[in-house]
Amino acid sequence: MRQPLTLKDHHHEHRLFSLRLLVAVALVLVLSLVLVGRMAWLQIAQHSRFTTLSDNNRVLTQAMSPPRGLITDRNGEILAVNRPDFTLELAVEQSADLNETLNRIRQLVPLTDDDLERFERRRTSARRPWEPIPLRGRLTEEEIARIAVHQHELPGARVTASPVRYYPHSHLFSHALGYVNRLSAEDLDNMTLAEQRNYSGTHYYGRTGVERYYEHRLHGQVGYRQVETNARGRILRVLEEQPPIPGDDLRLSLDLKVQQAAYDALGERRGAVVAIDPRDGSVLAFVSRPGFDPNLFVTGISHKDYARYQQDHDHPLFNRALQGRYPPGSTVKPMLGLAGLDAGVTNWERTIYDPGYFSLEGNPHRYRDWKRWGHGQVDMEKAVVQSCDTYFYDMGFRLGIDRMHDFMVGFSIGEATGIDLLNESEGNMPSREWKRAARNAPWFHGDTINTSIGQGFMLTTPLQLAVATAILANDGHQVVPTLAADETHPPRRPDIALKDPRNWERMKHAMEAVVHSNRGTGRVMAKDARYHMGAKSGTAQVFSVGQEETYNEEELAERMLDHALIVSFAPVENPAIAVAVMVENGRHGGSVAGPVARQVMDAWLLDQDGNLNVPEPLARPPIQNALPTPANTTAHSTRTAAP
Amino acid sequence: MSQVDPVRTTDNGGHAIFRTPVATRLHLDPPLLAALLLTMLGGLAVLYSASGGSLDTVIRQAIRFGGGLLVMLVLAQLPPRTFRFWAPLVYGVGLVLLALVILVGTEAKGAQRWLSLPGIGRFQPAELMKLAVPAMVAWFFSDRTLPPSKRNVLGSLVLIFLPTVLIAMQPDLGTAILIAAAGLVVLFMAGLSWRLIGLAVLVLVVAAPLMYFFVLHDYQRTRVDTFLNPEADPRGAGWNIIQSKTAIGSGGIGGKGWQDGTQSRLDFLPESHTDFILAVLGEEFGLIGFLLLLAVYLVIIGRGFFISWQAQETFSRLLAAALTMTFFIYVFVNVGMVSGLLPVVGVPLPLVSYGGTSIVTLLASFGMLMSIHTHRRFINF
Repeated sequence: MRQPLTLKDHHHEHRLFSLRLLVAVALVLVLSLVLVGRMAWLQIAQHSRFTTLSDNNRVLTQAMSPPRGLITDRNGEILAVNRPDFTLELAVEQSADLNETLNRIRQLVPLTDDDLERFERRRTSARRPWEPIPLRGRLTEEEIARIAVHQHELPGARVTASPVRYYPHSHLFSHALGYVNRLSAEDLDNMTLAEQRNYSGTHYYGRTGVERYYEHRLHGQVGYRQVETNARGRILRVLEEQPPIPGDDLRLSLDLKVQQAAYDALGERRGAVVAIDPRDGSVLAFVSRPGFDPNLFVTGISHKDYARYQQDHDHPLFNRALQGRYPPGSTVKPMLGLAGLDAGVTNWERTIYDPGYFSLEGNPHRYRDWKRWGHGQVDMEKAVVQSCDTYFYDMGFRLGIDRMHDFMVGFSIGEATGIDLLNESEGNMPSREWKRAARNAPWFHGDTINTSIGQGFMLTTPLQLAVATAILANDGHQVVPTLAADETHPPRRPDIALKDPRNWERMKHAMEAVVHSNRGTGRVMAKDARYHMGAKSGTAQVFSVGQEETYNEEELAERMLDHALIVSFAPVENPAIAVAVMVENGRHGGSVAGPVARQVMDAWLLDQDGNLNVPEPLARPPIQNALPTPANTTAHSTRTAAP
Repeated sequence: MSQVDPVRTTDNGGHAIFRTPVATRLHLDPPLLAALLLTMLGGLAVLYSASGGSLDTVIRQAIRFGGGLLVMLVLAQLPPRTFRFWAPLVYGVGLVLLALVILVGTEAKGAQRWLSLPGIGRFQPAELMKLAVPAMVAWFFSDRTLPPSKRNVLGSLVLIFLPTVLIAMQPDLGTAILIAAAGLVVLFMAGLSWRLIGLAVLVLVVAAPLMYFFVLHDYQRTRVDTFLNPEADPRGAGWNIIQSKTAIGSGGIGGKGWQDGTQSRLDFLPESHTDFILAVLGEEFGLIGFLLLLAVYLVIIGRGFFISWQAQETFSRLLAAALTMTFFIYVFVNVGMVSGLLPVVGVPLPLVSYGGTSIVTLLASFGMLMSIHTHRRFINF
C-alpha cells in the first residue's frame, strides 16, 4: 500500500488529542453522575420500599395455631382430642426431578389419586416458594421408618407431626359432636378481618355439631413467630415469639354411659334418641343412627368414603335427632289433653262414647280410631292410657286449631328448642296463618281433627319431643336443651301456667298408667322397673319415600311401615330424665321404642348395682340475657359470636 | 536505561546519599498503584462478606491479584515501543485463536469461549483481544496523520470488527461490545470527525431493533426483555435484577454494615461474589460506600487520562486513553446492570468481582499505562 508522504504535525495532533481527552473526561463525569443519581435514587428515594422488600424476603411471620380445646362428657371422659398426625411433605423446589421423586415415594408409601390431586392443586396454586407441600397424611410408624431409611433418595421430602382432631368414640357421638375439617378459603371469606387474623395459622374448622357451635370457644387465640429464613426457606433463627392461647376445654352435659346405652339400644335400626335432664336442660344422650365416622372427615374425606355415605339409603350423614321431621302421632296426646283441660272444653270426669270412629255433624266422613271396634266409654285418663283417637278428635274439634296452636308452641312444638347446635329444624305446629301462607288454602275442620292426634300437618323432631316431655315433666317450667355443661341459655317463652296446676300431676299419672297399668300401650317398657316412669307411645304414618331413590320391593315395603315413637320421663315423682325415641319404620311405639327409652333411663337413674340413684343436676351459671341466640341461620352468620 | 534523575535525600545520620525511589526503579506509577491497591483491598473486604465469610475465596482472589500485579510489573518494565512492535503480531495470533475457538473450542454454558491449550490449560483468547485490539488500532494510527482520513477510518474499522464478529459468533455479545468499544475509543481519540460519529450513532439507533430480532440469540433476547420488564418473571429471569436492586435500595445511605447484608448473606442475591458484588457493597456500605468506590475509580481513570495526556507519541497516547476509557466502560456497564439501568451482560466490577482472567488482563493494561508513563524521554529546553 502506497502511503502519501505527509508530515505529521505533532502540535496540531496533540491539541486535537487534548480536546478529545477533554470530551472523554466530560463523558466520564457525566456518566458517573448518572450512576450516582441511579444509586441515590435506589438508596435514598426508594430506600423504604426496598427495605420492605428485603425484609419480606427474609422475615417470615409464621402464625402458630392454638391447640384446640378438648371436649369431654360430664364426667370428664374424652370425646374429642388432638393427637399428632404424621404427614409427608415435599418441598418441590429441592427436587431436581419431581416426577422421579414422586415415583420413588410411591414405591415406599402408597399414594392415592386423591393425595396426588390435592398435592398438585396446592403445588400449582399461589404459595411461598420452598414451602413444603403436604403429600400424604396419616403415615404409619412403618411408613415413617421406610421414608427415614430412604431419605437421601428423596430430596425435599420430610415427615412432620401436627396435631389433628381425633374422636375416640367414632360413630357414637358423630351427630352430637360433629367434626372439624380443613379450613377453606370460603370459611375465611366469611370472616371479619380480626377473625381471619386469628385463623391465620389454623388448618381446621368446626364444621358441624358442637365443634361448629362452640368453634369460638374451642379455637383459642393465634400466636406468632417471626423467623429469619434464607432464600431456600430454611429457618435460621427466631426473631420474636408470641405463643398462642389454647382454646377452652369444653365439658358437655352428655353422659358417655347414657349415650352408649341409647346407641346400643337402637341397634342397627334407623332412628334417634334424645334424653334430657328436665332439672337443668342437660342433654344426656343425643343419638341419631346410623352415624358416621367423624375421623374420616378431619383431614379430608376420600371420594370413595364420601360416596359411600352419600349413596347409603340409610343416610348416615342425616341428623335425625336434630333435623328429622316426623309426625309425632299419639306422643303429643298428653300435651293436647292439657290444652283441652286448660281451655275447659273437657275435664277428668267427662266421658264420651267411642264407637270406633268420629264424624262431624252433617258429614258422612268417618275419622277412624286405631281400634276398629272402639274403646266404648272413655274419659281423659283412659284416652291417654289406651291412646283413644276418638276422644281426642272430639276434644280437639271443640278446642279448635287456634287454641291448640297457642298452647302447643309453649312446649316448643313448631319452634326451635334453642339447643346449642346449628341448623335445628323447627318442625311444624300448623295454624290457620301457616296454612294460608304455606299452602294458600283455608283451614278445614278435618285439619283440626287430624292435628288433634298428632297427624296431618304437625311435624316434630325427636329433640322437640324430648324437650316437650321435659317441660311437661317440669310442670310447665321451660327447658332449654344445652350440650355445654357450663352455659345457660335463656328460654324463649315463659313457663306454661295452667289454670289448675293439679292437671300436671294427673296427666303425669295418666302417663304413668301407660306403662304401669296392664291396659297401657307402653307396658312392655316398665317390666321389672325399679322406679316409676311416665310415657306415651305413638306411631307416625310414612307418607312417601324419596322419589329419586330406588328400592327393591322388599325394602320398599319395609320403608313404608309406620315410625315407632315414644316419649317418657322418670322418676314420676321427681323427674330427672325425659327421653324421646323414634325408630324409623319400627311400627309399634310401645313395644319397639319403649324398651329403648327404658335402657336410656336405666343408664341414667340406676347405679352399678341396679339400685335407683338419681344423679345430681349440673350447677349451671345463672342466665345471662346477653347470650347470643343462634337461630337456624346459615352456618356462617353466627361467626360473629367469636370473642 | 533509566532516564530519570536520582533523587537527593538524607538519612538519619545527616549524610547526604543518592538513592532512586523503589517505585521509580521498578517503573511503577505510585498514585495509580496506590489507587489500584486501595480498590483491591476494599474489594477483598467486600468479597469476604459476599462469599459468606469464606477466607478461602479471599485468598484465592488475593493470589490472582498477586499474579496480575506481577504481570503488571513485568509489562511496566517494557518500553512502549515494545508493545507497538508486538501489537500486530499479538493481534494476528489472537485472530487465529478466535477462529480456532469457533472451530475446536470448549463449550461452557452454551457458548464456545475457551480454548484448551496443551500445557497451558484453558484460556480465553477474547481476553487477549481486550488489549490487542486497542493496541492494534493505536499502532495503525501511530504513523498516520491525524485526524484520520476516511480510508484510514475504514481500515481501522476492519481491524476492530474482525475480532468483534468472531467473538460475537462464540457467542459472547458482551465481550464483543466491550472490545469493539475499546477499539472505537482509539478511533475517537484519534480525531474521528464529529460528522462520522453522528452518523455512527444514527446507524446504531436504527440497527439496535434489527439486531434484537435478527442477530441476538434467544437467551440474549431474554436478557433484554428482562431488563425492560424484570417483574414479568420475578422468580425466573427477573430474579437477579430484582434482588440486586432490593439489596442496593435497602442499604440506604449508610448501609447495613459489613457482613450484615441480609440479601447476600441469606442467599437471596445470586452471583453475589462475582458480577453482582456491587449489590453487596451497596447493601452493606450504602451510598457512602459506593461513592467511595467511585471516587477511587475516578482517581484511577483521572490518572490514566493524565498519563495519556503526558504521553509523548501517538501510539502511547491513544493506547493509554483507550485502556483508561475501557476501564471506565467496565465500571459503568457493571454498575449500570447491577442497579438496573442496563441489561444484564456478564461484565465484572473491575478489581472487586471475584475471579476470571479479567483481573490479569486489567492489571496488565495498567502495567502498560505505567510503562507509558515511566518511559518518557525528558527533553530539556
